[in-house]
Amino acid sequence: MQQLLALVPALPLLAAVLLMLAATRIGTNGVRILGVGSVALSALLACRIAVAQIGAGWAVQPFDVTLWHWMRIGDFAPDVTLHLDGLSLVMMLVITVIGFLIHLYASAYLDGDPGYARFFACMNLFVAAMLTLVLANDLLLLYVGWEGVGLCSYLLIGFWYDDPANGRAARKAFIVTRVGDTALISGLFLLATSFGTLSIPSLMQHATTSWPIGTAMPTLAAFLLLGGALGKSAQLPLQTWLVDAMAGPTPVSALIHAATMVTAGVYLIARTHVLFALAPDALLVTGLIGAATLLLSGASALVQTDIKRVLAYSTISQIGYMFLALGVGAWDAAIFHLVTHAFFKALLFLAAGAVILRMHHEQDITRMGGLRTAMPGVFVVFAIGSASLAALPLVTAGFYSKEAILGGAWDSGPSGRLLWCAGVVGAFLTALYIFRLLFIVFLGEQHRHPHGVTGWRIGVPLGVLAILAVVGGGLQTPALLGGIAIMPGILGGVFGSASHEGALALLPLVLASLVPLAGIALAWRWYGGGLASRFETQFTGLLLRGWDFDRAYDRMIVQPLMWLVRVNHHDIVDSFYEGLGKLAQRTHAGLSLSENGRVRWYAGWLAAGSVAALAIAVLS
Amino acid sequence: MGAVAPANAILLAAILFGLGLAGVLIRRNLIFMLMSIEVMLNATGLAFVAGGARWGQADGQVMFLLVLTLAAAEISVGLALILLLQTRRPTLDSDVGNRLKG
Repeated sequence: MQQLLALVPALPLLAAVLLMLAATRIGTNGVRILGVGSVALSALLACRIAVAQIGAGWAVQPFDVTLWHWMRIGDFAPDVTLHLDGLSLVMMLVITVIGFLIHLYASAYLDGDPGYARFFACMNLFVAAMLTLVLANDLLLLYVGWEGVGLCSYLLIGFWYDDPANGRAARKAFIVTRVGDTALISGLFLLATSFGTLSIPSLMQHATTSWPIGTAMPTLAAFLLLGGALGKSAQLPLQTWLVDAMAGPTPVSALIHAATMVTAGVYLIARTHVLFALAPDALLVTGLIGAATLLLSGASALVQTDIKRVLAYSTISQIGYMFLALGVGAWDAAIFHLVTHAFFKALLFLAAGAVILRMHHEQDITRMGGLRTAMPGVFVVFAIGSASLAALPLVTAGFYSKEAILGGAWDSGPSGRLLWCAGVVGAFLTALYIFRLLFIVFLGEQHRHPHGVTGWRIGVPLGVLAILAVVGGGLQTPALLGGIAIMPGILGGVFGSASHEGALALLPLVLASLVPLAGIALAWRWYGGGLASRFETQFTGLLLRGWDFDRAYDRMIVQPLMWLVRVNHHDIVDSFYEGLGKLAQRTHAGLSLSENGRVRWYAGWLAAGSVAALAIAVLS
Repeated sequence: MGAVAPANAILLAAILFGLGLAGVLIRRNLIFMLMSIEVMLNATGLAFVAGGARWGQADGQVMFLLVLTLAAAEISVGLALILLLQTRRPTLDSDVGNRLKG
């Protein structure tokens, strides 16, 4: 069973290669079977491995599978080794199961698209790369997966490349994440030169033994890794690419830009949490960035009119929660929220996609409204997803994971209390913006009629995800509410036993669960009757443009660079050599002017030369 | 025949040389240019003779004989060339034949 672990990423990779090579020969049905089937098999295999490895008390038996020796350069000898423990098991299950549901959905969503096979090739390649990322035992192999998902993200954002705007969005995503990736690879170089290995377990062991807490080296390494995580997970100040990434097809937004790839940064920090624990400064910054991001993008989500942009800002905001949890050392709460977020955000994206599909690819919510009667099923699952995102108390998965984060923040000292306040305000904003979206789209007056019906390949993933978005909370509940501890059990082997177990006070729990209700009530008051009472101020424009980060970056980085490019258009260094050439040409022109073929001129020059020579001889 | 001062003879040679040079530079007719060259050659001959007379040596007159021979050879080659050019292009204008332009 353990040897089969390699098949989990290998199957989607094989399918991706086959789809790339044989796309035109196997027909649409073949593409569908190969593209969806490979991920389905991978998901089944992952579940089977999970069943085999989870023992008493939900503890996971960790194991390694060494596939081959990668290279040997002196003492540096990375292996291609897959490592399965609680953390990678959770990630693997999320990627394969949600990946399968989204693939199934996409097989209907993209029906009739000329790039059908290309789409599934990229999606399968993405799943393979993401699984490599989470299963890697070595930071070098992790980096291969890290860049692989970045590449697939680029390819899929620009999937409809006919529109130049989509290509621009794809390039923006690629370039902005590259800023973070540069920090990450620098961090890897630092770790590799310090310890001569990039294998994660031995790295963590070396770090704890030879680096004291709070010294410069672990802090620097942690900040560099954090830089990579910020880029990939679209956190402040590298968050600008994710909103434009919505140019891709909706299943791509659901899988890559909500459920899996953007959470890779959270996974990276959780995976190297030993190193971060040695750098309290880096942890504090992580938490502060998370808090700032969740507030800023939560506020931006309040005024967006594009259904997918609301969800994109919401994703940035929710990943901010995960970073907040990482910042206070609540590793398992971060991973728990990652899982529940994958459930309900994938659900919201897919439901939004169902709406978009039936509204003739209309994404502007001001032109929707009253869809409740025409699409009751989608309305119900969207409402479930919204409730889960808004953390509706007791009945939704989002409530339990958000409580775990807020509880962790509450328990971690004065700075934690500050972060807790930010989290609570963020929870209010979350409830407000997502129910604003729900009310505007599904309630009120109907402007346009949707066409067609929602097929089973779209309906089934929605239904399954809706169930997961509700029961997912049962993975971990506070001591006050039953104290179920599946998630801490699974992750216990990685993070050690949870420290804040049972310490959660009643007051913050009650307070934090009332806030979403207040947000929903306000949303009902403002938007319950549709879009009629929408508030418009000067402030709205700033929020709409995402706090003008794009404009600031344009002024500070893009325009100076473009100015330099314009100035240096004719390569300044090269102009010297060009000058040499010009000089030779001028001299040539001048000399050939004297060679005019007229004997009298030659005689004249001869005479003048003789006179000059004589004059010099006589006068000197 | 009284003795001529060498300085005067040299001056005359210089004037003749200048006239010849001016003729070469100004006239466009090849025949006239050839004649002007003859004038210049004779000016140098005169300068040699004057020099020989000044120092009382025969070298100047030897040189003049050499110049005379040279002038005869030069004029024969020059006239032959002009005749050849004349058969190719019916003109004596030197500026028309600037085919060797760089």
